Amino acid sequence: MRLTCSPPSQGLYDPRNEHDACGIGFVVDIKNRKSHQPIRQGLEILANLGHRGAVGADPLAGDGAGILIQLPDAFLRAECATLGIELPAFGDYAVAMVFLPRDSLVRGHSEAALQRTVAAEGQIFLGWRDVPTDNSCLGRSVRPTEPVIRQAFVQRGPNCPDTAAFERKLFVIRKQTHHAIWDRELLSRQPFYIASFSSRTLVYKGMILARNLGVYYPDLRDERLESALALVHQRFSTNTFPSWELAHPFRYLCHNGEINTLRGNINWMLARRHNMRSEQLGADLEKLWPLIGDGASDSATFDNALELLLAAGYSLPHAMMLMVPEAWSDNPLMDPKRRAFYEYHAALMEPWDGPAAIAFTDGRQIGATLDRNGLRPARYLVTDDDQVIMASEMGVLPIPEEKIVKKWRLQPGKMLLIDLEQGRIIDDDEIKAQLAAAQPYQNWLDATQIHLKDLPTEIGPMAPDQETLLRRQQAFGYTQEDVRAFLNPMAVTGEDPISSMGRDIPPAVLSDRPKLIYDYFKQKFAQVTNPPIDPIREELVMSLVSFIGPRPNLLDPYSAGTQKRLEVKRPILANVDLERIRRIEYHVDRAFRTHTLSICYPVERGADGMGRALDDLCREAADVVRHGDNILILSDRDMDADHIAIPALLATAAVHHHLIRTGLRTEVGLVIETGEAKRVHDFCLLAGYGAEAINPWLAFDTLTASLSSFVPPLSEADAHEHYTKAISKGILKVMSKMGISTYQSYCGAQIFEAVGLAEEFITRYFTGTQGVIEGIGLQEVARETVTRHKQAFGDAPLYREALDIGGELAFRIRGEQHAWTPETVSLLQHAVRSADYRQFKRYSRAMNDQRDHLRNLRGLFEFRFANTPIPLDEVEPASEIVKRLATGAMSFGSISWEAHTTLAIAMNRLGAKSNTGEGGEDPVRYIPLDNGDSARSAIKQVASGRFGVTAEYLVNADSLQIKMAQGAKPGEGGQLPGHKVNDWIARVRHSTPGVGLISPPPHHDIYSIEDLAQLIFDLKNTNPKAAISVKLVSEIGVGTVAAGVAKAHADHVTISGEDGGTGASPLTSIQNAGSPWEIGLAETHQTLVRNHLRGRIAVQVDGGLRTGRDIVIGALLGADEFGFGTAALIAAGCVMMRKCHLNTCPVGVATQDPELRNRFPGQPAHVINLFTFLIEEVREFMARLGFRTFDEMIGRADRLDMRRAIHHWKARGLDFTRLLAVPPTPPGVATYHCEEQDHGLSGALDHQFIAQAQPALDARQPVRFASMIRNSDRTAGAMLSGQIARRYGHAGLPDDTIHIDLNGTAGQSFGAFLARGITLELRGQANDYVGKGLSGGRIIVCPPPESRLRAEDNIIVGNTVMYGAIAGECYFRGVAGERFAVRNSGAIAVVEGAGDHGCEYMTGGVVVVLGRTGRNFAAGMSGGVAYVLDEEGDFDRRANKAMVALEPLNDLEETLKTPMLPEHWPDLAKSALPEDGLGHDAQRLRILVARHYLHTGSEPARRILEQWREWAPKFVKIMPLDYRRALQDMQVKIHAARLEEKADVAVGV
Amino acid sequence: MGKPTGFLEIVRHEHGYAPVAERITHFRDFVAPLPESGVREQAARCMDCGIPYCHRGCPVHNIIPDWNDLVYRGNWRQALEVLHSTNNFPEFTGRICPAPCEASCTLNFNSQPVTIKDIECAIIDKGWAEGWVQPQIAAHRTGKRVAVIGSGPAGLACAQQLARAGHTVVVFEKNPRIGGLLRYGIPDFKLETWLIDRRLAQLQAEGVEFRPNSHVGADIPARNLLAEFDAIALTGGAEHPRDLKVPGRELGGIHFAMDFLTQQNRRVAGQKILEADILATDKDVIVIGGGDTGSDCVGTSIRQGARSVTQLEIMPKPPAHENKLLTWPDWPLKLRTSSSHEEGCERDWSVATKQFLGQDGQVTDLQLIRLEWRDDKGRQVMTETPGSEFNLKAGLVLLAMGFVHPVQEGMLRDLGVGLDERGNVAASTADYQTSVNKVFAAGDMRRGQSLVVWAIREGRQCARAVDEYLMGNSELPT
Repeated sequence: MRLTCSPPSQGLYDPRNEHDACGIGFVVDIKNRKSHQPIRQGLEILANLGHRGAVGADPLAGDGAGILIQLPDAFLRAECATLGIELPAFGDYAVAMVFLPRDSLVRGHSEAALQRTVAAEGQIFLGWRDVPTDNSCLGRSVRPTEPVIRQAFVQRGPNCPDTAAFERKLFVIRKQTHHAIWDRELLSRQPFYIASFSSRTLVYKGMILARNLGVYYPDLRDERLESALALVHQRFSTNTFPSWELAHPFRYLCHNGEINTLRGNINWMLARRHNMRSEQLGADLEKLWPLIGDGASDSATFDNALELLLAAGYSLPHAMMLMVPEAWSDNPLMDPKRRAFYEYHAALMEPWDGPAAIAFTDGRQIGATLDRNGLRPARYLVTDDDQVIMASEMGVLPIPEEKIVKKWRLQPGKMLLIDLEQGRIIDDDEIKAQLAAAQPYQNWLDATQIHLKDLPTEIGPMAPDQETLLRRQQAFGYTQEDVRAFLNPMAVTGEDPISSMGRDIPPAVLSDRPKLIYDYFKQKFAQVTNPPIDPIREELVMSLVSFIGPRPNLLDPYSAGTQKRLEVKRPILANVDLERIRRIEYHVDRAFRTHTLSICYPVERGADGMGRALDDLCREAADVVRHGDNILILSDRDMDADHIAIPALLATAAVHHHLIRTGLRTEVGLVIETGEAKRVHDFCLLAGYGAEAINPWLAFDTLTASLSSFVPPLSEADAHEHYTKAISKGILKVMSKMGISTYQSYCGAQIFEAVGLAEEFITRYFTGTQGVIEGIGLQEVARETVTRHKQAFGDAPLYREALDIGGELAFRIRGEQHAWTPETVSLLQHAVRSADYRQFKRYSRAMNDQRDHLRNLRGLFEFRFANTPIPLDEVEPASEIVKRLATGAMSFGSISWEAHTTLAIAMNRLGAKSNTGEGGEDPVRYIPLDNGDSARSAIKQVASGRFGVTAEYLVNADSLQIKMAQGAKPGEGGQLPGHKVNDWIARVRHSTPGVGLISPPPHHDIYSIEDLAQLIFDLKNTNPKAAISVKLVSEIGVGTVAAGVAKAHADHVTISGEDGGTGASPLTSIQNAGSPWEIGLAETHQTLVRNHLRGRIAVQVDGGLRTGRDIVIGALLGADEFGFGTAALIAAGCVMMRKCHLNTCPVGVATQDPELRNRFPGQPAHVINLFTFLIEEVREFMARLGFRTFDEMIGRADRLDMRRAIHHWKARGLDFTRLLAVPPTPPGVATYHCEEQDHGLSGALDHQFIAQAQPALDARQPVRFASMIRNSDRTAGAMLSGQIARRYGHAGLPDDTIHIDLNGTAGQSFGAFLARGITLELRGQANDYVGKGLSGGRIIVCPPPESRLRAEDNIIVGNTVMYGAIAGECYFRGVAGERFAVRNSGAIAVVEGAGDHGCEYMTGGVVVVLGRTGRNFAAGMSGGVAYVLDEEGDFDRRANKAMVALEPLNDLEETLKTPMLPEHWPDLAKSALPEDGLGHDAQRLRILVARHYLHTGSEPARRILEQWREWAPKFVKIMPLDYRRALQDMQVKIHAARLEEKADVAVGV
Repeated sequence: MGKPTGFLEIVRHEHGYAPVAERITHFRDFVAPLPESGVREQAARCMDCGIPYCHRGCPVHNIIPDWNDLVYRGNWRQALEVLHSTNNFPEFTGRICPAPCEASCTLNFNSQPVTIKDIECAIIDKGWAEGWVQPQIAAHRTGKRVAVIGSGPAGLACAQQLARAGHTVVVFEKNPRIGGLLRYGIPDFKLETWLIDRRLAQLQAEGVEFRPNSHVGADIPARNLLAEFDAIALTGGAEHPRDLKVPGRELGGIHFAMDFLTQQNRRVAGQKILEADILATDKDVIVIGGGDTGSDCVGTSIRQGARSVTQLEIMPKPPAHENKLLTWPDWPLKLRTSSSHEEGCERDWSVATKQFLGQDGQVTDLQLIRLEWRDDKGRQVMTETPGSEFNLKAGLVLLAMGFVHPVQEGMLRDLGVGLDERGNVAASTADYQTSVNKVFAAGDMRRGQSLVVWAIREGRQCARAVDEYLMGNSELPT
């Protein structure tokens, strides 16, 4: 946009890719008493949220901050008086806060334009006020963009009868003025922006560091400036191009999070244009278009839409409920009326989906709401003098404890609202009950809602004969693999099939084979800036419900009470379902009329005829809608020998966008009847480009024909149903990878990037999709389609009897090209085993030479060699270059011990680095071997499962890698099935043998970029010597994420290509997610250089690197370092069986089977030879390129060229200009890694702890000391724990050796990785991530003595407490937030209440909850045990019982026999917990409650102990089923061993 | 696909042989195949590799994992279709191929390979038995005429593919019967000739015309064909044998292996032998050359009743086991013992013939010397071991030292096709075109002596090249 110095897209940088996340907060006086205090407090909150923002290369240039206040009438009146402006009564005038160009001439034009519009709209312009500013605090890079800031005063005109009408008019004026100015070419690059324009509120914001907001705007420090509320925001953007208008707050809100479905929301808003009418806005509605400025941020766009809804008469909470609905579908706990409200509104608008904490106000009400999954933190407190303070974290304002009457948090999907006019807090239940009761929504639904399943059964078509079927399959691109590896397995298992290792086939655009258009699109996925979701364990937030047919008028929320709506539970239609829709007209009072439009055209028109056929199709579609039909079925059933079908995806997208452009889209439902869609990815694309429902008729026919081959036999109905289920689950998975929960908002959201499609083609048919390398257009797509059609109906002997072989999943000579072939694998293996460099050169030639067959983008690159090469011996020595190399992250678990240690030993001998992968490391490897070798992996990975991530593990690393995504399956978690978890692996992962382990899709402590900064800080504290790395996967926009990562103080970032391997992933992900590393790496380097961040961070590339040439190309595109996964494994003996997920690897690499492990042929020397050869090849290239040092080579994309003569019919269209762009580098701007990050550790509280704990550290002497703590003291205890772990390992110090008494509010990650021997006892409260990775320490948090709250009713610690805890104890005197004890491996905790998703993915330990829990308790919990006090008897409905059983305490009776008097409690607390995990529940519970009481003085604990007989029966035990089975197995084993021992003794052995 | 753990549960079990004492009394096939259930079980050992090395190891690129799986599941008919999609004559390769596929089987790396060859043979035998092998007669005729010269495996594969593409194909064969090396060069006990006849019937039904006793370049002027046909494929094999030019070579009783083998095959077929009999009966037979042809000479000699059979090889004795780390999945050099060797023969290595000694113009002895081999920069260099000379008695000496190149006199000279540096007809595998327009070459005639399976591959690929040449494009698979 205009108020920014961000360059237009250049090279691979595209401002559309920016993300942000932030700290938000507000202060409000409930009674609407205006004073300067809230403003002062708002500014203070901002200053205290400083750590949530980011600082780029320019230390004074933050990413923006701002404040929204009520219109300060007295102040303005006084100021205006000095300017000679007389203001009318409060409410009758408005103030525009305007950012203007510095050029006075242009500024004059802009001002005049505003004034003209005001007049034209019948309002009275009063005058201008120059807003005083002090730009001494602005950053160097920001100053050139600083606008002139003026306030314009406008009086209500006679055509506005009231304030509401006035506000609407102001909205119209603002829009009109923006359009008038932005549309004029002359001004298009000049800053003009109206930050706020209202008679109620005023916004001060800009590219200012949060703490400097009040410095920049002296107004804010003026005591006359009064407001009863202040809404503040501090931005953390992934990018550093200053952008004044993207600072928050916007007109009505500020937002922390990310709207994932933005593209779709924008499209749908656009599509509604002709279908919207508003009584309130009348003719003015037309003046608002374009409603959303393209390129604005997600928050700005959200604000635009919200503003429209408010203008049309929605109330603020009503609009928020519409845009960000709770998870209502299938929620048994929700009030039926509220459910009806949501269900009714679902048809009005798709949710704006994504992690979001939104604070909003119109000056009369202020509130906040949280997304359905609770993915952003928001805590609030209420004081006894009627103040409410809400913020991303607690402790941002010093409020005396005794004044606080309530401390709580915003819960998932919930709203907090303060009505200043009523002077009270309206809680979630009340607002929603009120709104839900406002209209008879259920009656309306009953009258209008049609469920497809309730329509009478229609007759579906029959599958054809075998030959016709074969022809059709061929024309629609079926291969043998599609049937064998996708359709049939899905019909049998109902799951999207799993495979292993990475993709090594060419991108579709380089393939010699005719590809379906689906192959040219890659799924996008969430990384860092927003979290993916677990669609299985967190199913409750997911929904596949789709509405088919016309949408009601968004701006008349009551019109839908008369309009019929057709709902399907999932968007995959069986044949009979489609027929129901086709003939719906005859069943529902003609409310729906369906029209089927064939997307086939005569074969004689050939490939050239497709363009016209598409034009005709779009025109016909629009005609049909205008004619009044309101469901459109696009069908390719007419495809036959004489008719070619337009690819269904192309037809869908073309029609969808044509209808959007003609404003007709929301008047019709779009259903696709296609033979083409078969794999999950296909359906996702159809959905992403507008299909409301899909009938894959040929897939069904294919399954019907396969029925006889299934063992055991399947009925047709079952086969179809399983397939539909598998596809549905697959779609959910793909949606969830992007963090999108509902099909409705996924539909049309276009969450894809194009790889190898021409821009012109995309713009025309797939409008708004991003792609960076150009590629094929309609002509080639048509040609591919025609080729398939010819194969199908031609006479080729190969296709007479059989489908094409495919060859994408497994190498086949007639199939797709692979990089790894019998030839390349054996050449490499023979080379490394015989240490023969000539042989290696044959290998690398085979890999690199792609003249005959293209395999990857770099195959099309050519070097610009130096005119005079330099002698090889002048090139940097191998011993230096080797430091840049690493092996890929592969866990012990996914690969065998032998393979894992072989890689580690080899890399250590070389002086390079190996990577643990996810899953911990056996401490035995920290000790060097007798021969001097070391099997310790230098890089330790921290992945979402946090298995084995102890303080000891962290301090034994040279580098700590946070795995945000994996090339083969970005956006997904992982699963190690129970049969692979043997004793050894269980020990290393701190889990139970035989119990399956789940890694969640997101890191539950990283939902946004500032969370990542926090984890980086945590790790750095624990091990200050380790470099912190963040692993990302290539996709468009990864460069901006990487910039954010650099700003989050990572030392290192890895960009993985889509080709990266895996031990097990759905094929859908292996094949279709992520993009080639060439693209992601180039974008990353270019963006970092442009942001002047490149020097601070090392860039590593991996995922499909195979030769020295690949390294050189990586370096030229901007990489410092290089990772080799598959190639290193192959050197060690992997033969690419792709059977890792089956545990049957025949060469002992990826298996835990002892017999197969014996077959492992690898030796460290083989791996060493590989790397030696690679470096030799690199040095040869360097000599020819004329580079003496590696650093010189980095980023020199100018030394690459695209191969000139490209004869390949598809590759011809590619254009690498943007890929090979070299960003300008002013002097002093680094282009490779050469600087240090400032991690800000110097101020850590732990320095003081360490000093005071010295006797304990040195001599194990107990120490106890006290300290104050505040919210900016983050990660307390971690650095001290690192010190203990370094000296004493995981065993740590004796219990309570270091006892620290703390007072105040602890910052995030309190007690992270706390080592055994430390006790942190906090009087006050704590924020998110308390006890993260707890490694044996003890944490106690209780309210301070002066608190007057009933602790058990108030929040004491934040979200995601004890995430990944390994061992130790926690006692919390109060309620915890969402996701308590997620992924707990073995720690013990007592808490007095917890939010949603408690104990999720837990694998060990004991959790006691002495109060209510939220929903979805124990989802994915495979181990450990939990005891929940279920006073109201409704816990059953809150638990996720997929993996656990709910039971009474099994030894209750025994404990009732032994009453305990209070004087016995201390002894009870000291007694050891019973070891036998299967029994002694009540005993264990009583001990823990006693400990809780002694540590915290808990009132509920006292009550329970005192009245044990009464309370104990109310506890529910949560026991994971797998865990129980594993414990029983172990008992049997131990028992058997004992018997054997006894027998041995008996016979006297 | 397949049985994921099959390879861990099932041991390799090959076909059996009739006992030596029994089988050397005749010239018939003596293989005892596994029952169908046994074959299916063996197919379950296939691991459905992500990279099936066998698939590339096999020169015709048999899609081995696919048909293994189909056999495992009992879907024989489809297995046959998949097999036939890459191989015109699996009944030949299923019997006589040395099976490079099995060498490259992933299981061969650290265990026993899948019995790929047996499974192949079982599929096609079942196919014939069930009547599933039918002629595939082209629906359309192109009107183009192609001459295929030479009816060995390359010629037949080429002819069949071309006929299926709708061309009119005439196969010229200098011998009285069609089949080339298959019929004349391979002993009946390894490949019975009725198998060839059965397949020829299919070719004939598909429109291939056979012209035996038609020696192009001798009976028929090669240049005439150029006028008569739109394209010519030269598939005449590499029939010029390597000779042993040492003193005494002119003595009687010294013969080229192929002359000996051919005669016996004719004898079995009941054909008249015009030239003098070459028989091993009651003789001490020395076979010079350690390859497959030499092995065939051994088996034939034994069946003819030789007093003793000795096979000599100039190269050193190969190791009993290869270093799999450095050879797999390639074809390894290792000691191979054929069924003929098992029937009773002496083998000796690193031996060179200094001269033949004789009496009355007949060979009686060989004078031999031992050799030492050493590695010189990757090349094997030999030196004679001083004083190691020794003699062996010989009544019949068979020279089985391979073939140098095709016979260049006659047809090749007449046509004037260019030759490569080894004396083979020069043509690339991209288009199989010789230096003479519309003349193509494939098989041993182009690549030099090789395996039957390579001949089939070249014949197929050449057919596609011819089809492309004639029609502008081709739908023939390779």
